[in-house]
Amino acid sequence: MAPSVAERLLERLDQAGVSGGLCSIEAAAEFGVDHQTLVGAVKSLQALGEVIEAEARTATRWELSPEGEEVLRCGSPEVRLFRSLPEEGLPQSEAMKLPGGSLGFSKAMANKWVRLDKGAPGGPRVLRAVLSVQDTVQEHLGQVRAGGAQGLPERERTELKRRKLLLEVTLKSYWIRKGSAFSTALARPETELTPEMIATGSWRRLPFKPYNFSSLGLPPACGHLHPLLKVRSQLRQIFLEMGFTEMPTDNFVESSFWNFDALFQPQQHPARDQHDTFFLLDPAEAPQLPPGYSSKVKKVHSQGGYGSQGYRYEWKVEEARKNLLRTHTTSASARALFRLAQQEKFTPVKYFSIDRVFRNESLDATHLAEFHQVEGVVADRGLTLGHLMGTLRQFFTKLGISQLRFKPAYNPYTEPSMEVFSYHEGLKKWVEVGNSGVFRPELLLPMGLPENVSVIAWGLSLERPTMIKYGIKNIRELMGHRVNLQMVYDSPMCRLDV
Amino acid sequence: MPTVSVKRELLFRALGRSYTDEEFDELCFEFGLELDEITSEKDIISKEKGEEKAKGASDVVLYKIDVPANRYDLLCLEGLVRGLQVFKERINLPRFEKIIPAEGEGQRLIITEQTAQIRPHAVAAVLRNITFTKDRYDSFIDLQEKLHQNICRKRALVAIGTHDLDTITGPFTYTAKAPSEIKFKPLNQSKEYTASQIMDLYRTDSHLRHYLHLIENKPRYPVIYDSNGVVLSMPPIINGDHTKISLNTRNVFIECTGTDITKAKIVLDIIVTMFSEYCEKPFTVEAVEVVYPNGKTHIYPELAYRTEKVKPEYINKKVGISETPSSLAKLLTRMCLKSHVTGNGNQLEIEIPPTRADIIHACDIVEDAAIAYGYNNIQMVIPKTYTIANQCSQEDIADKLGMDISATNAVRIANPKTTEFQVARTTLLPGLLKTIAANKKMPLPLKLFEISDIVVKDPSTDVGARNYRHLCAIYYNKSPGFEIIHGLLDRVMQVMEVPPNEEKGYTIKAAEVQIFRFIGTNAYEICAKLISVLSGAAFFPGRCAEVFAKGQSIGKLGVVHPDVITKFELTMPCSVLEINIEPFV
Repeated sequence: MAPSVAERLLERLDQAGVSGGLCSIEAAAEFGVDHQTLVGAVKSLQALGEVIEAEARTATRWELSPEGEEVLRCGSPEVRLFRSLPEEGLPQSEAMKLPGGSLGFSKAMANKWVRLDKGAPGGPRVLRAVLSVQDTVQEHLGQVRAGGAQGLPERERTELKRRKLLLEVTLKSYWIRKGSAFSTALARPETELTPEMIATGSWRRLPFKPYNFSSLGLPPACGHLHPLLKVRSQLRQIFLEMGFTEMPTDNFVESSFWNFDALFQPQQHPARDQHDTFFLLDPAEAPQLPPGYSSKVKKVHSQGGYGSQGYRYEWKVEEARKNLLRTHTTSASARALFRLAQQEKFTPVKYFSIDRVFRNESLDATHLAEFHQVEGVVADRGLTLGHLMGTLRQFFTKLGISQLRFKPAYNPYTEPSMEVFSYHEGLKKWVEVGNSGVFRPELLLPMGLPENVSVIAWGLSLERPTMIKYGIKNIRELMGHRVNLQMVYDSPMCRLDV
Repeated sequence: MPTVSVKRELLFRALGRSYTDEEFDELCFEFGLELDEITSEKDIISKEKGEEKAKGASDVVLYKIDVPANRYDLLCLEGLVRGLQVFKERINLPRFEKIIPAEGEGQRLIITEQTAQIRPHAVAAVLRNITFTKDRYDSFIDLQEKLHQNICRKRALVAIGTHDLDTITGPFTYTAKAPSEIKFKPLNQSKEYTASQIMDLYRTDSHLRHYLHLIENKPRYPVIYDSNGVVLSMPPIINGDHTKISLNTRNVFIECTGTDITKAKIVLDIIVTMFSEYCEKPFTVEAVEVVYPNGKTHIYPELAYRTEKVKPEYINKKVGISETPSSLAKLLTRMCLKSHVTGNGNQLEIEIPPTRADIIHACDIVEDAAIAYGYNNIQMVIPKTYTIANQCSQEDIADKLGMDISATNAVRIANPKTTEFQVARTTLLPGLLKTIAANKKMPLPLKLFEISDIVVKDPSTDVGARNYRHLCAIYYNKSPGFEIIHGLLDRVMQVMEVPPNEEKGYTIKAAEVQIFRFIGTNAYEICAKLISVLSGAAFFPGRCAEVFAKGQSIGKLGVVHPDVITKFELTMPCSVLEINIEPFV
């Protein structure tokens, strides 16, 4: 096996003597290898420790450009023009066609080697102005080519550079010397411990290549959960810790009845407009509404009852049958509460759900036609607004939000209603983090729940806390197929309480 | 939520004191309002149309205040100020009085039977000897617009017309006529038009064109005449120019027509209670007799006061406070619900004024007591409700196998927002393919999965559709990597404890791929195709297998057909798995 460049370099250094050094460029020329290859060898030797010392140097070298090469071969344009010009001169237009051309002409004019007789018969004529000329440009280039660039006056070099005949090349090189641990016997340090080394005990005498601790490790082959999934599982965890049972929400298609009417939301309510809700073409209508219950809902809307004045309008079953993509998971809560009311004996419950809802909204950086709603519901005898606030405080504290205040609000299906605000340290203001309230009796009593049972509930979106937690500005990077996978790869684990 | 804009200076003058913006914001928060924006006309114009256009516009400071959607009594400066002043106990809520003129002296509005088919209800009232100023007049017009946009549901349920009573002579007739028979000079126009011409005239009007559809295709249009045949209005589109009110108007005739009588009454009550304060005898309203086609009559406005009886402990128990009956009465009175203690102290009598149509149940009274008490003064308590948490699990596993995913079985949206979203998805695959297309710069291989619900029609459910939980995974690399997707299926089955055997476990069997041509050119059409053909044609022939669990097909896996890859603007081979995991969760 032929000795490697590194080995040859060590040999060569050994010959140079202790005090001597070596230029990497010269060494490359001597070994007949590319300079880069030699630099590679220097780097690999440096990695071994103090075997060699290499001092980085920057050298400037002058080289001839392709045009410069041509001038060196054929002479400068001005000289070529001068020499081709006959003694009687030529009309200007023809002189331009001589070797050297217009560039040679203008240079020769500047040097006052030729002159232009404007009054000559038949138009301006170019005539020689001196007898002979010397091609200093060619000579200078020759001098550079012979390695004598340093001998040229600065002014000349600059002029040749300006004429793009000379190029200044910067060369990085090394001045190589023996290091304190110099040895020609290249004992290549081991990169890794092997089973053989352990078996033979050779590890005791072998040098090991040091690790580069500042580089990054190999990324593990692993999956990445979407940030929404991470925040969702945290929220589920919080609900489960608080004793909440997950509600079934596996029906994106819902009837207007469960989405609105059961929640005592009147049929003329703006949310029931085409502009706010996606209605279905097929299946356009729900085949069945709960028979006894829907007539009670009709009555409480149109005539009142259960202590209510009602909305006093003509309730239409066709309107209630209209199918839609559910606009909130509260429709699922209504179904769960209805099931609860059908039990023989009422038992207190705590329910939660986190699932997809759909709104016919104008799409922008913070609004999508579908998003996730987080909802919590507690049904028990004698629950108060204070209980709602206490529950909210527990929930939001677990979310890492401790500074809360409550603003009176209006929701069609809760009364009293309160918006939950938290103080945002970054924005230095109170921001809304959720909506809540006590379900109206007009909603609960027709279901058949006992009169002294109160139901408190609250909701928030899953996307908003996720966007805040992960610093995502555009919801379209979070939801939908335009999700940014790099963001998914890079997002850290979710701990909401810190 | 409606937003009311008021001039800050006018507001503070009416409130009798000034506030810093922060103080006023705080007051709003406490009362359930939201100071949404502090701006000026100049700011608004310059934001919408550029600074150039805003030159010369007023820079008087405006407060934009969000009002709860059910509080129609707070939709104008007059109402807001009254609500806040009563809340702060600086004034008592005025008592509104209906003055019924002597027999034969009052105004009458006669409804003919022709209105029944189009807009059957009408109510009316008169504000006598009112004094308008520019600000009051503007507020009067603004309130009507706010009511139109909110409770009136863009004039569909109720439309309001206000007229200078001194320009017309009663009795008035509310009727419906063929469009060609109605002819008058509409508000702010210079000549007369027939009703049909009016519809054409306003077809391009940025404001009025939104209301034309309410009557456009009806054979008869609603119209109100005075006894001399002067047109007051053609509801719900436009008033006549003849009766228009000005700053000098002294007597205002207000009519509300509509399809919902309850709302028409509320709207009329709100207008008269808000603006009767500028009448010579403040807070009085002159009644109008409405005569129905059957000859019966009714006096409007209703201005009804209703008394509710609520037990103090009911309020205390619902809010979680323990206030004395008299202090509860005081709290409610601050919310415009004048209350006092009766009996031996265990009953509250609460008077619901005509301005508070939102109070329909005792729970509404409870909320007002809580607001006046201060939500943030209520003690927070953790409920003692004892429950054991459960995660959601699915029942009836057996019947969830083997569903039909075909184009005919997809749920279709009636009013889709975008072409991409015309059906609810029946497969997750197109979404994952599009995700890869949007992330082509990411290093290979791309391995994505989604576990999510899809929707299909199902006549056996109460709404006619149901969700299924799907698992979809895709492997996108320089080689299709079928074995990787297959390995994933094996692993998923292993962790779900489904063994690889035919009887009780799972198997995969070569699936026939029907030869299928893509007609569409864009990804959406391909999605639609995919939905219809996930049964096979999305796969490369001979590279597709059907997954069976317990003998029933639950999905497919295979190498994606090159045509599908290119139509999704992808360049690499890929393999996918999509199965229904409902039976296992």
